Amino acid sequence: MNGLALYRSYIRNCLRAQMLYPTAFLLRLVTQFAITITEFAGLFALFVRFGHIRGWTFAEIALFYGTVSTAFALTDVATRGFEMFGPQFVKTGDFDRVLLRPRSATLQLMGFEFGFTSLGRVLQGLIALAVGVGLTPIDWSVAKALLLLWAMTGGVALFFGIQVLQGTLSFWTVESLEIVNTLTYGGVEAAQYPLDIYAAWFRKFLIFVVPLGCVVYFPVAAILGRSDVAGVTPLVGALTPFAGFVFLAIAFAAWRRGIRHYTSTGS
Amino acid sequence: MTAAILPYLAILRARFILMLQYRAAAFAGFATQCWWGVIKIMVMAAFYAGAAHQPINLAQAITYTWLGQAFLALLPWQADAEISEAVESGNIAYERLRPVDTHLLWLVRAAAMRAANTSLRLVPMFIVAAVLLPLAGLAEWSWRLPPNLAAGALFAVSITLAALLSSGFTVLLNIAVTALKTRRAANIAPVLVTPLSGMIVPLVLMPAWSQPLLFWQPFAGLVDIPYRIYFANLTGVGALAGLAAQALWIVLFILIGRAWMNRVMARVDMQGG
Amino acid sequence: MAFGARAQMAQIRVENLSKTYRIAARDPGLAGAVRGLFRRRYRDVAALNNVSFALERGELLGLIGPNGAGKSTTIKILSGILRPSSGHCDVDGLIPWEQRIAHVARIGVVFGQRTQLWWDLPITESFDLLRDIYRVDAARFASTRERLVEMLKIAPLLDTPLRQLSLGQRMRCEITAALLHTPTILFLDEPTIGLDAVSKLALREFVKELNRTDGVTVILTTHDMHDIEALARRVLIIGNGRLLRDSSFESMRSEILGERRLIVDFASDNDDIASHGATIRARDGRTVEYAFDPARIAAHTLIASIAAAHDVIDIRVEDPKIEEVIARFYALHGAVES
Repeated sequence: MNGLALYRSYIRNCLRAQMLYPTAFLLRLVTQFAITITEFAGLFALFVRFGHIRGWTFAEIALFYGTVSTAFALTDVATRGFEMFGPQFVKTGDFDRVLLRPRSATLQLMGFEFGFTSLGRVLQGLIALAVGVGLTPIDWSVAKALLLLWAMTGGVALFFGIQVLQGTLSFWTVESLEIVNTLTYGGVEAAQYPLDIYAAWFRKFLIFVVPLGCVVYFPVAAILGRSDVAGVTPLVGALTPFAGFVFLAIAFAAWRRGIRHYTSTGS
Repeated sequence: MTAAILPYLAILRARFILMLQYRAAAFAGFATQCWWGVIKIMVMAAFYAGAAHQPINLAQAITYTWLGQAFLALLPWQADAEISEAVESGNIAYERLRPVDTHLLWLVRAAAMRAANTSLRLVPMFIVAAVLLPLAGLAEWSWRLPPNLAAGALFAVSITLAALLSSGFTVLLNIAVTALKTRRAANIAPVLVTPLSGMIVPLVLMPAWSQPLLFWQPFAGLVDIPYRIYFANLTGVGALAGLAAQALWIVLFILIGRAWMNRVMARVDMQGG
Repeated sequence: MAFGARAQMAQIRVENLSKTYRIAARDPGLAGAVRGLFRRRYRDVAALNNVSFALERGELLGLIGPNGAGKSTTIKILSGILRPSSGHCDVDGLIPWEQRIAHVARIGVVFGQRTQLWWDLPITESFDLLRDIYRVDAARFASTRERLVEMLKIAPLLDTPLRQLSLGQRMRCEITAALLHTPTILFLDEPTIGLDAVSKLALREFVKELNRTDGVTVILTTHDMHDIEALARRVLIIGNGRLLRDSSFESMRSEILGERRLIVDFASDNDDIASHGATIRARDGRTVEYAFDPARIAAHTLIASIAAAHDVIDIRVEDPKIEEVIARFYALHGAVES
């Protein structure tokens, strides 16, 4: 049975376990959606008061926001195992059991829990995207739609890498780390705005260190045709999402290092 | 008298020690706070660049943000972790075996946790945002001090009330978790607390027609009221009204909590093999 | 058979295995906790110190020692989840921690206090998931499963989620789970802990049977000496990280045993009970417990000399409890709990 089929098995079992309490499940889904849609409403309230942010309109921000929020939400659904790695596996010693199974740790962690409730956030992201797509006065083409999808894929790779790093850190600190929330939730917060509103040092950080700018700003700005802003061309927009995959590769290298540390020091 | 406080002091001390053990997490938490502060401030500045005249100015909005990060641990996001675990493992009835009033115990424990977690973040955050930033020539991004002594004094009162308010609400969450036998009963908390306290958007920046409603709902007292008192956006009668609103909800939470707890605890049973 | 050839045939080879841990030490109290924010102190703990042994296919090995002696460390290294600090180890020609996936596919591990099954899933769903994880062919899995379910009598439990089962039931499901992929080696880490008497007996019977008919190599760590008595033909005693003894259970027993007990109920109170060539271990009213070395004085000789000197109501001969024997062995070798 190959990895994908096993992953499907995991999901089926997870769904079955969660559906044992259908009302609780629905409630969690609705709550997640409520929290995230409130965030979006808060964003809207700010625009009601301020009108625009350095010349960018609400509709344009909605497009940025929708892209990054959906990318994060999709990753959040699949990476609970990494997110909860510290308390659920390292602290309890259950990672031993993961190592005792003839499968990659990554596959098992992905199969640990399927975050169905984060689908609430996915819905919110899609709504934000719809608002952005609907309200921005641009002509949509297949190329632009594909670019948007490509940007989102890069975003998923990036956030996946961030979660893997969170899991990796747990090998050393055992606790589930708040600091990674600066990159996940903080990342969504930061990347929903165009990079030009930020100071230069922060812009560089969002491009070269945690390349959120690469998977959101450049592609979406290119779609919006905002070539008046520095560095934005269709070509740049098309290439920068690769940065997400580079980040993911680096994250997995660190992860393997973390496993080695674990097996050397014991649980 | 000392004998009566001893159990509660012991809880406070135990919390501090537990917290200090995870030093990486402590530092990481602090770094997270700073980060959030920086992002929110840059965004605020960008918004204000386009429309400067608002109910609170940029300096106040920035101070609001820093206060929010410094006092983040005061907010009631979830039920007490110990209670959640005790409920899910079936050991919750042991809470009744302790020779102390359960509601007061939970209230003190919640308050202790808030005090402990906040104090760890408050001082470093102040040093960085209120002292170091101006020293580095970045005074426009810094955490400003209260404009006068009165505002500062009233703030001290208000933030203490906010801590009590949060603790009272946390105890309600604890009771909900006990009654429904799952920690998920508290999931409603972030949905209500985050927007209604003013953590997403300062309540004072919301549309004018919503201001009275937002002022008198319970969660305004967690963030919006104390911070506005701090930079004297609420003064005199307004400040007193704010304190009154906080006190009102504290009393209501405690009364509801005690009544509800008695009913719930009567039904609690022990799990065993 | 030459040693070299024997070593070649060994399924498990452990040579000069050592493992040192670095543990963070913290000062007590509030002040110590604050200091701990800025500086950490460490100390080195040698969990294993040059341990060597070899195991052949189908052997049933017992691993005993005080708490903290290094038993769990040994199991973890052999199963591949821990790297040793130095030394060599191979299992069926594979180095456990280097070739993890290939190695763990062929072993089964049961941890006494922990479960590998999914808490909320019915047992049968957990089993199916394990089949998928271990890539077991469906037909072979079905027959293995049927046989194990039958042997461990867990058919009525299959549709129940794990969290609703009692400890004894869980352990039987746990063992089944560990064997579904027909491993050649089974590691049992304190499997009888917390089980009631009936479950313990059933578990021992099963393991003995499994080892006998299927030739599964079994390595068992336990504190319960009756497990060892019932199962282990060969015993490794580990203390303070060192291998103190590696011999068959019987030879160990008869060597360390060295003495038997005679318990005598006298008819009347006697202030001057002679020792008759034995040692008096305990007195309780009119009951006296003698310890004697059967090599130096035979049981019947001792009984006769006591009965001749006093009026006796009852006499019985006993072997000292196995725990006492082992505890004395540990003390002898300075093997203390750590």
